[in-house]
Amino acid sequence: MSAPLIETRGLGFRAGGRALIAEMDLSIRGARRTVVLGANGAGKSLLLRLLHGLLRPSTGRILWQGRPLDRAARACQAMVFQTPVMMRRSALGNLRFALAAHGLSRAAARTRAEAALEDAGLEARAAHPARLLSGGEQQRLALARALALAPEILFLDEPTASLDQASTLAIETQITAASRRGVTVVLVTHDIGQARRLGDDALFLSEGRLVEAGPAAALLDAPRSPEAEAWVTGRVYLP
Amino acid sequence: MDATWLILSWDPALIEIIGLSLRVTFTSVLIACVFGLPLGAAAGAFRFGGRVVVTVVLNALMGLPPVVVGLVVYLLLSASGPLGPLGLLYTPKAMIIAQTLLVTPLVAALTKDVIEALNQEYAEQFASLGVGPGARMAALLWDGRFSLLTVALAGFGRAVAEVGAVIIVGGNINHVTRVMTTSIALETSRGNLDLALALGIVLLTLAIGVNAALMAVRGAAARAAYV
Repeated sequence: MSAPLIETRGLGFRAGGRALIAEMDLSIRGARRTVVLGANGAGKSLLLRLLHGLLRPSTGRILWQGRPLDRAARACQAMVFQTPVMMRRSALGNLRFALAAHGLSRAAARTRAEAALEDAGLEARAAHPARLLSGGEQQRLALARALALAPEILFLDEPTASLDQASTLAIETQITAASRRGVTVVLVTHDIGQARRLGDDALFLSEGRLVEAGPAAALLDAPRSPEAEAWVTGRVYLP
Repeated sequence: MDATWLILSWDPALIEIIGLSLRVTFTSVLIACVFGLPLGAAAGAFRFGGRVVVTVVLNALMGLPPVVVGLVVYLLLSASGPLGPLGLLYTPKAMIIAQTLLVTPLVAALTKDVIEALNQEYAEQFASLGVGPGARMAALLWDGRFSLLTVALAGFGRAVAEVGAVIIVGGNINHVTRVMTTSIALETSRGNLDLALALGIVLLTLAIGVNAALMAVRGAAARAAYV
């Protein structure tokens, strides 16, 4: 088994006097697709933000290739949010801004941005105001923007939550293509079908704790924990 | 001579007053934007010690009485004041200084509100991309540009309609520091209502024209979801 790309030791996060993430030890292997599952409020999105360095843990550590998560490590990561943040610019302008922020020259940013738009099938929309794109196109653009940064790991927070089937398929195709290129994918989803289609590994969270981890197929077919079992069968878990 | 004829005949005295008014107003708004936009953007985009104090001060200064500003600038520029040797009192430059002091807090405070709202929307994405402070501020100012036009317009409105400060530091000297508002005040007191009315019409037309132009720009920007 390969060494973990990112792992947590005793990770905890508190807010408003409550432990929203507690005592979490997990590891995510490189070049794999890990799905993060759990009911609403389980701490999935929060976990992604902690792993991506957007929030500072209250306790514990996050290790990137065995070393503390620092600025250099964060430059190897990218994230797509559930609601894509579109700047008040064209589709191409959004990509160019992200690439310029990553230190690319103006010319290099333009070249890579155009290639990313083409990969996402959005080249015809390059000059279009990003905020006027459809929801599906905005999310494809957000994913293209993240992938244009050539990340080692890509965090996806329910990227298809409010999209139709065609847009969902397009996003999943982009994710699969990135994964084939070796990008590690960590995906939060509520969609069991999507978890089966995309997940190599799975983490199941409940009330801020990691209750089950393992191969996605095994976790979805034969969950060991009562929380995961209730979620997979569509029941409300009552402890 | 009635007010309409004064306007239609491009009366030289009227044109001179309008020209000086516009020069003083646009210059002071431009300088106020140079200082107020970055100041407001910094206050809106960054968390720092004393941010609340800066906000309170900016908001308070928005309502600064023009005559007080006029008095302060007068004291600074008068012969016995620290800037007296510069000889700026009763010149258009003194009027620009006074108007800039009046407009800058307004521009900064309104800019802060615009940038703060935009920053809330962009903050997580910027953090994810690792955008540095300089690039963040530049991006926020650029993306907020159409909303900031309204801010500049508010500054223009305050400056062009201002009378208290400019009459104190300008002295309302004919052919030197006489602008539309001070002329209206003077001509009305003299009973020369034609010129006062003509200037009033021009002032109103200017305000409507600038607003209409801005609304057109903002409308186009809104249709592109850039506002």
